[in-house]
Amino acid sequence: MVETSTGTAVTASTPAEDGPPPRAGGRRIAFARLRDLALIPAIIVIAVVGQLVSPVFLRGDNLLNVLQTMSEIAILVLAQTLVLVVKKMDLSLESTVGLAPGVAAWLTVPVGAGHGLGLLPGGWSVPVTLAVGVLVGVVNALFIIRFGLNGFIVTLGMLIVLRGILTGISGGQTFFRLPGSMLYLGTTQWLGVPASVWLCLALFAVGIVVLGFTSFGRSLYAIGGNVDAAKAAGIRTDRVLWIVIVTASLLAAVAGLLLSGRLASVASAQGNGYIFTVFAAAVIGGISLNGGKGTVFGAFTGILLLYMIQNVLTLAGVPAQWIGALNGAIILIALALSRVTGGKVQD
Amino acid sequence: MVAAPPVAEATGVTKRFGSTAALLEASIRIEEGQTHALVGRNGAGKSTLVSILTGLQAADEGAVAFGGEPAPRLTDRDAWRRRVACVYQKSTIIPELTVAENLFLNRHDRGRGGLISWRTVRERARELLETWSVDVDVRVPAGDLDVEQRQFLEIARALSFGARFIVLDEPTAQLDGAAIARLFARIRDLQRQGVTFLFISHHLQEVYEICDTVTVFRDARHVLTAAVGDLPRAELVAAMTGEAAAEAGAARSGPPAGAATVLAVTGASLPGRYEDVSFQVRAREVVGLAGAANSGRIEVAETVAGLRAAADGVVEIDGVRPAPGSVPAALAAGVGFVPQDRHHQGYVPRMSIADNGTLTIPDRLGRAGFIDGRRRDSFARSMIGKLAIKTPGPELPVSGLSGGNQQKVVMARALANDPKLLVLVNPTAGVDVRSKEFLLAKVEEIAESGAGVLIASDELDDLRLCDRVLVVFQGRVVAEIPRGWHDHQLVAAMEGVDLDG
Repeated sequence: MVETSTGTAVTASTPAEDGPPPRAGGRRIAFARLRDLALIPAIIVIAVVGQLVSPVFLRGDNLLNVLQTMSEIAILVLAQTLVLVVKKMDLSLESTVGLAPGVAAWLTVPVGAGHGLGLLPGGWSVPVTLAVGVLVGVVNALFIIRFGLNGFIVTLGMLIVLRGILTGISGGQTFFRLPGSMLYLGTTQWLGVPASVWLCLALFAVGIVVLGFTSFGRSLYAIGGNVDAAKAAGIRTDRVLWIVIVTASLLAAVAGLLLSGRLASVASAQGNGYIFTVFAAAVIGGISLNGGKGTVFGAFTGILLLYMIQNVLTLAGVPAQWIGALNGAIILIALALSRVTGGKVQD
Repeated sequence: MVAAPPVAEATGVTKRFGSTAALLEASIRIEEGQTHALVGRNGAGKSTLVSILTGLQAADEGAVAFGGEPAPRLTDRDAWRRRVACVYQKSTIIPELTVAENLFLNRHDRGRGGLISWRTVRERARELLETWSVDVDVRVPAGDLDVEQRQFLEIARALSFGARFIVLDEPTAQLDGAAIARLFARIRDLQRQGVTFLFISHHLQEVYEICDTVTVFRDARHVLTAAVGDLPRAELVAAMTGEAAAEAGAARSGPPAGAATVLAVTGASLPGRYEDVSFQVRAREVVGLAGAANSGRIEVAETVAGLRAAADGVVEIDGVRPAPGSVPAALAAGVGFVPQDRHHQGYVPRMSIADNGTLTIPDRLGRAGFIDGRRRDSFARSMIGKLAIKTPGPELPVSGLSGGNQQKVVMARALANDPKLLVLVNPTAGVDVRSKEFLLAKVEEIAESGAGVLIASDELDDLRLCDRVLVVFQGRVVAEIPRGWHDHQLVAAMEGVDLDG
């Protein structure tokens, strides 16, 4: 692009005119694009530090290990990103992570092992998991869009209800002896890389393309930025919101499936507490809690940074009891860093 | 040859909201290629007419036609957008998205595979803006543009849908002088290219500067339509205000000579709001601050009350200078304040009358931060008596009162600390006639008892009891009018028109 062609004023139609107002400079644009890559330097720094701490860090199997442990929660970050961009919130995602595979296990695990009912053959477990995800999304959307209730409170209620249902059907215990189809995605390797990593990366790639390059994806930003303007532009806002909320729950069910498969079990507390990390990763990755801002790629760098730091801490031999406190501190430091690199007050 | 049908025409349009009629049998006819002004005081029905003309609301009765054809159905947004576009006061630009994307929202160009081709979108945006001579970089986020650029952007977007009839709803409200000149240059430009405008403004001099025809609405009705050149300013103002109302009653005698100064504002400025404002209010004096909605009069009053801090200048209340921008300091200096919007700043709806009325004086209700309920209630009862608030008792939540009585509670709160200076912003907005008379009589009574009063309002009835009225126009005090003015005289000053000019 040649700068000079746009630099000449074309407004000089009347002599009385004071000339065009000062143009917003080109540096602003560069900055807006850089915001997307703001965490890349931080990730590089962590990689260097990690390598200094332990030569194991940059080895392929360790990096794969990082990617695999973060794959489930990363999918939740993707789901929450969609919801945050349209200026809503979904806290219930973390309970869906447990409930969706939990219901599947409840129905398919044979009687005798824990609380399984053995009502359905094992092949049904994956469809049931996904169906539960969709159902939770529909209930959320019904409350938030159809009845116009506050999304934060609705999904907070759902978080508690769904967690309670899982505790109820499992009797507070863990489902074992899951059917083979539930274990597949969490355990298989494709081309030497865990299937869950492939799936996670593929979902993010789809997310980047959809949110960046389709009318549907852009309508998410329009709705989050100014819902009245979006309506005026002919966007069917309610329909888009329905799709976003249901998709988010479906993604949470997928994340739950991967997690259950990897652990070969469904604990009644599966997913408990994830939502805080999810929000932290999204905000660190540049997603605004006020809607309309941030990219899927940014969200991915957010969760990647958090998990790399955790991995470095583990390799450095930090006692497991301290990881929690350090995690909180890391989130705060990462937020402060992204405030510095982003330059604007976070909202 | 038959004359071309009007670009837009509304005939016999009536629109009611509940029991109040926003429009009664109103009509307007906008000819092609003209710039048509629509003027009227607040509540005349201008906004309702705009929303009916742009298809946001359906009229209860009457018809709208474009180019001789009946208007499309309300649900057919695309058809409306091809006929008419409106640049509202509230921007419909999405600040987080780039200029290019705002222009082509929901109609992006697709490349191969159905994905958006950002390069094409940017190119078409650049072409579009070049066609209409808007010099803005299409890659910057729209939030980085200033108000003026955003307006041009909205106009360009409207034109890109094919509409050649554009409604501008008070486009100059947030612009400075130079920007207004540029906007007018553009309007003339587009007019030459066959675009028709409906121009809504509070500033009559702009109507004379840019418009060909003017239509006046008053009290939900069409009053007159005339060529701007044939209509003297005095007649236009008379049409807006109706018959010149009765002479202002001169009941009060005004401040005695040598009364103490309770408020002195010297050289106060707040960039973008008001500039170099200086005035004084003496004890037993009622001073009005008149001006249109965005004139800056409200900000001046809020500065006196400590809600805002002036960037420059001094506010002195009864000889002391309270810390700027501090409400507690202003209260301590002796200011009683009735804020602009009682729902937002006036009261806490679910708290009782007693609690609301005594919010500003907790220290008088008990010691060490505790509140003596009995003292509070007896205080509230005396307030209820003095202000004739209709309520079964002081414990009723304010939300259960009528608008007029709610405003009396706000007034009670302002009077609770026996102010030396009472500052009121739109004190009778949204209250019934009887409460209004009562409140204004109360204000006079307060002044008689020795306090100074400052009323910032655009309601003529509020200003009638003032000893003198300062007119604020675009952030400056432009005139001082002593008691005994005629309605049209004050309105003209508020609208920035020089009747003799």
